[in-house]
Amino acid sequence: MKTLSIVENAYRATIEEQDDTIVWIHGAMKGAGADRAVLLRGNAVNYLVQRQDAGGLAFGDWRQTQPPRIASDLAALAAKGVDICYVAEDVAERGIERNELINSAQPVARGAVAELLGRYDRVSYW
Amino acid sequence: MADKKTITIAIMDAPYENARSTTTLRLIDLAAKRGYNINVFAYEGAVLQPFAAQTPHANAVHGRSVEEENHFIPKDAIAALMREAERNGGKIDWVNCGLCVDERGATDAIPGVRRGSPADFWQMAEASDNTLVIATR
Repeated sequence: MKTLSIVENAYRATIEEQDDTIVWIHGAMKGAGADRAVLLRGNAVNYLVQRQDAGGLAFGDWRQTQPPRIASDLAALAAKGVDICYVAEDVAERGIERNELINSAQPVARGAVAELLGRYDRVSYW
Repeated sequence: MADKKTITIAIMDAPYENARSTTTLRLIDLAAKRGYNINVFAYEGAVLQPFAAQTPHANAVHGRSVEEENHFIPKDAIAALMREAERNGGKIDWVNCGLCVDERGATDAIPGVRRGSPADFWQMAEASDNTLVIATR
């Protein structure tokens, strides 16, 4: 069953989790054989920006050595066969240039989202 | 220290749910570096922040062992902040709301965390130079 996941809620607890839990769960489900795709919209489109860097967090003598690398996680997800797309207008409205994004994500015009949803058996809104 | 400050921070969010938790710990870190005395009142889900049973795990999706993943464990960050405060001449008085603890079965907290009540929050705030409430939304 082909399922599209819409991800909108961004950076909710990514420092603690060292990833985005919704991106992560798609890696886990893909590993188990699921046929999933991801549509990023709203603030979550920033997940695709390659140059983001959450490194350097320290509390006293504790250092975070594995900060979240969400753009890389999404690229890895795409490499496993999960289609990654994003709402093009949401990227443009945030002043993000397309060349700042990972290559493996495909833009979808806002007006074409309904048609995109129609290609899937189920849609999950995270 | 003549300019030693005392601040009180109320936190409500459970760990691994919201960026406010990390922000709170970062604010505590800054105060600890300055040698402040820091009171923390953990209310609702925040009583799980210093929960002693938190355990790091490997991450197959990341392809990393438990050691490589070095997962963020809030109780360890809090313990590090307590050490940092002491190193700089301050201290952290972390009070978990007792009823919130009971509701969640979160009785096993790291050393340095004590059980309290809303009265503690009120008294800590009264005795502080300032109070910051980091409410959940």
